[in-house]
Amino acid sequence: MSAGPALLTIDHLTMQFGGLVAVDDVSLAAKDSEITAIIGPNGAGKTTMFNCLTGFYKPSVGRMLLDHPNRPFYLERMEGFRIASHAGVARTFQNIRLFPKMSVLENLIVAQHNKLMRASGFTVYGLFGLRGYRSAEGEAVELAKYWLDRIDLTAKADWDAESLPYGDQRRLEIARAMCTEPVLLCLDEPAAGLNPRESAGLNELLLFIRDEHKIGVLLIEHDMKVVMAIADHIVVLDYGRKISDGTADEVRRDPAVIRAYLGEEEEDST
Amino acid sequence: MAVTSVTPGADLRSLDVAAMLKEAGATAVVVFALTIGLVAFKTLDVPGGIGIETRFADVAMCMALAFFGRIALVLLREHRPYPVMAVALTFAIILTASLLSGQIFGPAAEAQMKMFLPFKAVIVSWIICVLAWSFAIRAAILMRHQGVSVLRDEREAMMDRVGAAVQRYSRFLGPALLAFAIVFPLLPFVDRRFLDLGILALTYIMLGWGLNIVVGLAGLLDLGYVAFYAVGAYSYALLATHFELSFWICLPFAGIMAAFAGLLLGFPVLRLRGDYLAIVTLGFGEMVRIILLNWYEFTNGPDGIGGIARPSFFGIPFKRNAPEGTETFHQMFGLEYSTLHKFVFLYFVILTLGLITNLFTIRIRKLPVGRAWEALREDEIACRSLGINPRNTKLTAFAIGAMFAGFAGSFFATRQTFISPESFVFLESAIILGIVVLGGFGSQVGVVLATGILIVLPELIRELHQYRMLAFGAVMVLIMLWRPSGLLAHREPTIKLGQGDKRGGEP
Repeated sequence: MSAGPALLTIDHLTMQFGGLVAVDDVSLAAKDSEITAIIGPNGAGKTTMFNCLTGFYKPSVGRMLLDHPNRPFYLERMEGFRIASHAGVARTFQNIRLFPKMSVLENLIVAQHNKLMRASGFTVYGLFGLRGYRSAEGEAVELAKYWLDRIDLTAKADWDAESLPYGDQRRLEIARAMCTEPVLLCLDEPAAGLNPRESAGLNELLLFIRDEHKIGVLLIEHDMKVVMAIADHIVVLDYGRKISDGTADEVRRDPAVIRAYLGEEEEDST
Repeated sequence: MAVTSVTPGADLRSLDVAAMLKEAGATAVVVFALTIGLVAFKTLDVPGGIGIETRFADVAMCMALAFFGRIALVLLREHRPYPVMAVALTFAIILTASLLSGQIFGPAAEAQMKMFLPFKAVIVSWIICVLAWSFAIRAAILMRHQGVSVLRDEREAMMDRVGAAVQRYSRFLGPALLAFAIVFPLLPFVDRRFLDLGILALTYIMLGWGLNIVVGLAGLLDLGYVAFYAVGAYSYALLATHFELSFWICLPFAGIMAAFAGLLLGFPVLRLRGDYLAIVTLGFGEMVRIILLNWYEFTNGPDGIGGIARPSFFGIPFKRNAPEGTETFHQMFGLEYSTLHKFVFLYFVILTLGLITNLFTIRIRKLPVGRAWEALREDEIACRSLGINPRNTKLTAFAIGAMFAGFAGSFFATRQTFISPESFVFLESAIILGIVVLGGFGSQVGVVLATGILIVLPELIRELHQYRMLAFGAVMVLIMLWRPSGLLAHREPTIKLGQGDKRGGEP
């Protein structure tokens, strides 16, 4: 795929909780227009790494450099919400976190909060219904519509988010993250609980995001079918350490990976 | 209508009368055991010691009521609403008529109607009256659903539809209520008492709308809302008495001061949610009251501040005789002098303030801040992941909610012309929160309705006045059991695409 400089460079990231080292000296790089998958057995520290990256935890040691088109950001120094609003890192959650009582469309509009806030003159203009704000809101609706079409939810735009079926909620969460117009999208197990057809639809959506929007995608996933089908680059974690790093084929043949997944006995899973 | 409970067709025919009577009899026995000690004997002070008055008739009445009440319950359970309906309705109407006769026909009729009451204590009769009505309503619901009991979910959905309908019709309902509110003080039967009641109700409506921003939209449970009301009232009182500034100049200041108090409360509670937040806000409310009570040099402590100026009609005072060279309100408009003018004016002031609060809330819900408030209520972590600054968002909610309380507070000060910490006790916070909870979180019309139930009704029915808190508690318990989200709770999206399927929930 593209061979540009890394969008995200993680150096020696370590996250300790008391005596437990959840992430242990992990370094990796993720590129623009590439899907980087992070895999590993349960408890390998994948979600902890995401939480460090998106500001929910402060890492104990390590540097996370994001090469944003405007200027580089050191994510470990930033306040949680700024990582999303300024550095352009959006994420989804392992257990879906939509705004359940708000409508699907509202979920997508809330994601464009900062842009709209500026357009509404921090509420002052908006209160008097000035045209500047109304056109900005129109644009926000257009962007929301674009993503609604992408995830086939246009017909359900006015539903409460909580009344959507599970698969739709997963896709809506991804669309909501995309509405923040990120440069890096972090997905925490997006295929969990999806049936094979929904899972195939998800692959298509992720490839579309990579190819059309040219942003970096970081993906935690247990479903190996999804990972092998769409990941350009795979990082394998086990007990907080990185044990392998490479393309799908390289990782599949790596003895360390096979050991971690299947135990000592070697066996080719494909 | 999707009713899933099975109608026991065959069972409906046969009613086990013996079992029913046995059950009712058992209840009566229990009631007898409970009341024989508590109700039957009453000690009296008689000359030379203590005497005992026996009230066996009351015990018998209790047992009879329990007996028939139980039969009614059994009949309802067995899907036989018609006899219950007939008896309960008759009973309820007779009781209500007897209880209200004094209000409507005067004392003479009251004395005559009193003989219909089962007990001497009016409050007991009221409780029985309410129970009778609730039996009648339950029977009516059963009749409508052809003997199939309404399921809980369905009732929720039904009430949500009512809320939705109210919101849909609020386009007409709102202006209609507003028109009524405008002509109300000009109606012929409106005297000082009604006017005062109107002012009181509007003050609570405004406070309810203000608190709705904090609790209904932002989901921050605030039990100390009255603190901001107090800050507003004292700001105006102190500014007005020390610097002789007019109401209209002080009003924005009072709002700003209250908003600052909101920020002051907001900072330490940023990380708290739910119960913890409620406890801290409750403490804050008490702190403000205690400061007002003890900072004697500044607030005059428990003596309060008196002689606060009334608002003038844009500089024209409401007085009988104007000072040299000026005009008073009635002279300027060529009216007969009346003390009522002052109160009509106050009424319109609070009506305007309330309307501003309402319009502001409706407007801000559709702005990014309003949506961020609601999103924050739904999921704070998701908000952070979308780049919404939770700190600023929460603080604006606290500050804006407090600002409206500040406006209402300075109105309160100018209406009373005297304020003291007595007026800002926790009970006031509880009542305002009760209005929001009863009306339904986020529902503007709901606040009006709830104010009617919690403020206006107890004022109108004087007998009930001393049992106000009892009724207040009962209403709160009932609403928590029956519809925890509030009477008219229904959330309409702030923006709609308007294409495709109808709103979700029902497939």
